[in-house]
Amino acid sequence: MNPDWAYGLMGGLMIGLAGAIFLLANGRIMGASGIIGGLVDRTGWSTGRERIAFLVGLFLAPSLLQLLIGAPETHATTNFLVLLAAGLLVGLGTRLANGCTSGHGVCGISRFNLRGIVATVFYILAGGLTVVIFRHILGAI
Amino acid sequence: MLRMIFALAAGGLFGLGLFVSGMTDTSKVQGWLDVFGNWDPTLAFVMGGAIIPMAIAWRLTPGRMPFVGGAFPPKPEPKLGSNLVLGSVMFGMGWGLAGLCPGPAIASLSYGGWPHLVFFMAMILGMFAAPTLRQRLDSVAQAS
Repeated sequence: MNPDWAYGLMGGLMIGLAGAIFLLANGRIMGASGIIGGLVDRTGWSTGRERIAFLVGLFLAPSLLQLLIGAPETHATTNFLVLLAAGLLVGLGTRLANGCTSGHGVCGISRFNLRGIVATVFYILAGGLTVVIFRHILGAI
Repeated sequence: MLRMIFALAAGGLFGLGLFVSGMTDTSKVQGWLDVFGNWDPTLAFVMGGAIIPMAIAWRLTPGRMPFVGGAFPPKPEPKLGSNLVLGSVMFGMGWGLAGLCPGPAIASLSYGGWPHLVFFMAMILGMFAAPTLRQRLDSVAQAS
C-alpha cells in the first residue's frame, strides 16, 4: 500500500478514536465547525469551557508534534482573494448546513444519519466541481 | 473538570490524527477532489479509518449514558432542508478552493504560515456572519 494511504488510515483511526472518546465520555458530537462556530455566534456559550478545551487540544497537539518531527508541507495557495473567499464559504456554509467533514462526514455517516450522508455527498460533489473548474478550466488554483 | 480533560484529549487526538493522515496538506485534499487530474485517494482511507471507531462508539450508546454524565445526543430528524444542501454546497466550494476545512485549519495554524491564517480568519468571519445569512434565507423562504 502507498505509505501516504497507510498514514491516512492510521490518522483516520486516530480521528475516529477521538470522536469516540468525545461521544462516550462527554456525550458530544465531534464536529469541528459546530464546536468553534458555537463560540463565534454565542449559541454554544453554555458549554464554552469544554469547547475551548477541545480547540486548545486541536491546536496544541499538532503544534508540539511539529516541534519534535518538523512541520509537514501544506501547499496552500498564496492568492489572498482565493483564501478569503474559501474561508468565508467554509465559515458560512458549515454553519448553514450545521456541520462539516468531521460532524456530518465522520460522526453522521457512522450513525447512518441521512442528513450527514446527504451533506457529505453535496460537499464532495461541490468540492470536486470547484477543483475541476478552478484548476482545469480557469487555471486559478 | 473531568469533562474538560476528555475534551482536551479528544481535541488533541483529533489534531494528531489530522497531522498524521496528512489532511492539513491542502494538496492532498484538493488531490482527492481532483477526479479528472492526478487523483489522490488518501482522504478515502482517512474517512474510512475514522468511521470505524465512531460506528463502534455509536453502537455502545443505547441504554447507557456518557461517562461524565448527561445524555447522548438524540438522533436528528431525517429532515433535509434547503439550508443543509445550500450550506454543504458552499462549504464544498470553499473546501475545494483552498483544500482546508475547519478541523485541519485549526490543527495547522502553527505551521501553515500566513495563507492558513488568512483562511482561518475568513472562516471565523463567515461563522460570525452565518446567523444573518440564515435569517435572510428564512425570510425569503417564508415570503415565497
